[in-house]
Amino acid sequence: MTTYTDPPKESFRLSMLLYDTRYRSLTIQVVALMGFMLLAAWLINNTIQNLAALGKPIEFGFFTEPASYDINQHLLEYDSRDTHLRASLIGLINTLIIAVMGCATATIVGVLVGILRLSKNWLVAKIMAVYVEMFRNVPVLLWIVLAMAILIESLPRPAAFRGDTPDATMKVFDSVAFTNRGFYIPEPLFSRSLGDIHLFGQSSLRMDVSLDFVAFLVVLIGSIYAARRVTARADKIQNATGLRPTTWHINTAIIILPTLALLVGLGFHLGYPELRGFNFQGGIHMRNSLIALWLSLSLYTAAFVAEIVRAGILAISHGQTEAAAALGLRPGRIMRLVVLPQALRVIVPPLISQYLNLTKNSSLAIAVGYMDITGTLGGITMNQTGRELECVLLLMLVYLSISLIISAIMNWYNNRVKLVER
Amino acid sequence: MTDHSYVRTEMLPEKAPPASEVGVIGWIRENLFSGWFNSILTILSLAFIYYILSALIPWTFQSVWNAGSLDECREIMRETWGETHGHACWAVINDRWLQLLYGFYPPYPAYPDATVADAPAEAWLPAYFRPNLTLILLFVALAPVLFGHLPRHLLIVSAIYPFLMPWLLWGGSVWVPVTIAFGFVILFGVIKYGQAVMGTLAAIIAAVGAALVWWLVLSGPVADGLYAVMPVGLPTVESREFGGFMLAVLLGVVAIGLSLPIGIVLALGRQSDLFIIKSLCVGFIETIRGVPLITLLFVASVLLNYFLPPGTDFDIIVRVMIMVTIFASAYNAEVIRGGLAALPKGQYEGADSLGLNYWQAQRLIIMPQALKISIPGIVSTFIGVFKDTTLVSIIGLLDPIGLSQGIRANQEWNGIYWELFAFIALLFFIFCFGMSRYSMWLERKLQTGHR
Repeated sequence: MTTYTDPPKESFRLSMLLYDTRYRSLTIQVVALMGFMLLAAWLINNTIQNLAALGKPIEFGFFTEPASYDINQHLLEYDSRDTHLRASLIGLINTLIIAVMGCATATIVGVLVGILRLSKNWLVAKIMAVYVEMFRNVPVLLWIVLAMAILIESLPRPAAFRGDTPDATMKVFDSVAFTNRGFYIPEPLFSRSLGDIHLFGQSSLRMDVSLDFVAFLVVLIGSIYAARRVTARADKIQNATGLRPTTWHINTAIIILPTLALLVGLGFHLGYPELRGFNFQGGIHMRNSLIALWLSLSLYTAAFVAEIVRAGILAISHGQTEAAAALGLRPGRIMRLVVLPQALRVIVPPLISQYLNLTKNSSLAIAVGYMDITGTLGGITMNQTGRELECVLLLMLVYLSISLIISAIMNWYNNRVKLVER
Repeated sequence: MTDHSYVRTEMLPEKAPPASEVGVIGWIRENLFSGWFNSILTILSLAFIYYILSALIPWTFQSVWNAGSLDECREIMRETWGETHGHACWAVINDRWLQLLYGFYPPYPAYPDATVADAPAEAWLPAYFRPNLTLILLFVALAPVLFGHLPRHLLIVSAIYPFLMPWLLWGGSVWVPVTIAFGFVILFGVIKYGQAVMGTLAAIIAAVGAALVWWLVLSGPVADGLYAVMPVGLPTVESREFGGFMLAVLLGVVAIGLSLPIGIVLALGRQSDLFIIKSLCVGFIETIRGVPLITLLFVASVLLNYFLPPGTDFDIIVRVMIMVTIFASAYNAEVIRGGLAALPKGQYEGADSLGLNYWQAQRLIIMPQALKISIPGIVSTFIGVFKDTTLVSIIGLLDPIGLSQGIRANQEWNGIYWELFAFIALLFFIFCFGMSRYSMWLERKLQTGHR
């Protein structure tokens, strides 16, 4: 008679840490963690030693010292007596301005080029292909520097606008001046202004918010909301009765009339730039550096956006279009109701990563002297205070936060439009 | 059977399509003038092309090639065509093209003061022989990697090239690259012969240990000793003399070459089940991808000295290479991760059911397919990295754009920009466009799908 015994209990042996797959993953992770911590400790130790040798411990006190340099393009009020913190804030706002302007222009140009590249017209498609290849295969820094050089060298000096028979004239009904010191464009003014509110007192974060602007925004958002309610009601009626009431004229009126009334009420008019003495006064002065950066970044990114849009539209199978046509939809509605919603799902994630790239590329502003966060915090502030470690790490942190915020938005969008699969 | 004699029994011969539907005319009708909107677009496009070409062609070809300065150029233009507008002054390229290509690299490193114009009589090698040879050998070394049908023993050049390239460019004792290469011989030798004796894992650990000891402790003295016995070497060239397009290609090639393997490892780490490894890789990749390259270059130029032991000071070009490689690796890792994620799960399960272990499965099943899917992404990362090497001009290295600022600030060429930037743009365009065409060719060649 045979007896069955339990298999011998495996006792834990040290070699199992290496050869048993159950334990090996643990070994690898512990070794990796220890290696990483050793590396980090080594780097931090080196840094502490180096800083001690130089006699400058890590501290951020320099942020409250006066910056004593000028920033020529600033949205918030700033002068050279302000602190380094204020200068960095102005820089950050400048980064965001160029990023928003660039993304908007790149999207418009990119979508247009992407659609035209799919045109049945051979010539148009080829011209757009040349544009895309030209911009994609040449460094963006070169475009930025070239744009800056063209603006400085080829545009007339402000003095050329003087005299009875000037060499240069203002364009667009005498309202815009293109000079080698930048563009002067009309500014919006309000003769019955509501005034400003001052936030944050005298601190580095102080800002003046124009109440006119706030009122404009509130009215605009309110009327868009009202227009959407009208559309929603039309949808409801259509679902119930099958007949859709015409809404476009109501919607147009709802959006335009209140805004127009507000503008008239506030006494809206444009302040034109005028030549006084050696330079233009009045209007908004857009520096060459801003224009050069904006144009080159948006045209460069537009080339990538065009490829994304093209790929997105090509990714929608022909059957979708045909099925929509078989349902009796007209071409415009096929595009709007069938192709675009599906193409957007393909287009938007890479598009947002292009926005991210544009924002990061805006740090090249330093090459043309546009004072963005890299030019202020990572440029003059760093050189003046000698606080390389603090400045560069903070700079990286700022960009990292911007990137993470944009990525978070992208993930939220992806989850929202994700196909519901089984 | 009824007689359907009123039905024709033979087919009519096909007629040729109308002349307006075939040939050149048909093509033009279909592609350029298929409707009123299309016709307007065509006419607008033709006008646009005419406008561009009518300015560009005279500018390019009715140009001045020989002049010492921009003023001289304009003088010649005025004499020849009566105006300075609309004519290129290529003389600036004629004057500075060597600088734009090689920076301040000495044409004859043995005679540091010699220039191309007055070459020393004793110099028997042509000017810029070393960088030119490095570039030619680069293509020889790349050829067997890029084109599978070339003879396999060319791969020896590819294996030697990483050690040959720095020696050719920087010069110095030949024994330094030889001893460093010998470290790799030790590495692979110990793995190969130790496997049988002590098992794979122990062999790898022993090999890495032995190689590290060799590199960190022994190789330096051995190289010095060998140099004392047999002084073979090239005249040294300092890093600050590197510049121009050569620098861009050098940085690009190093970053591209190193970032692919590192990117693969990072991507595998990110896809791994091991939590700590995964978090480390995710943190690294997202941090690097979240910041602009220029901040990493700031790290290279001002911060790296803080992070290293006191007194360490190594070459700025090497520091930049490290940062650009790290940057490219993070981007490559994401692209390859996309490829890994796109593989159907069945491939992983199939590999498991064949009894392959992790590395075998990766090497034989997963990676070949994942890399194939990610080729377009990898190549566009490469193109991006190559273009981004221009950013080093911001931290003061003299790449073509850095040099162009110097040339434009120079009194002779102050005010010139189109010609200079057109030349630089053309150089970059050739390389980047070449890379993108190669990737399209490779994609077609590896296409095994059913579409």
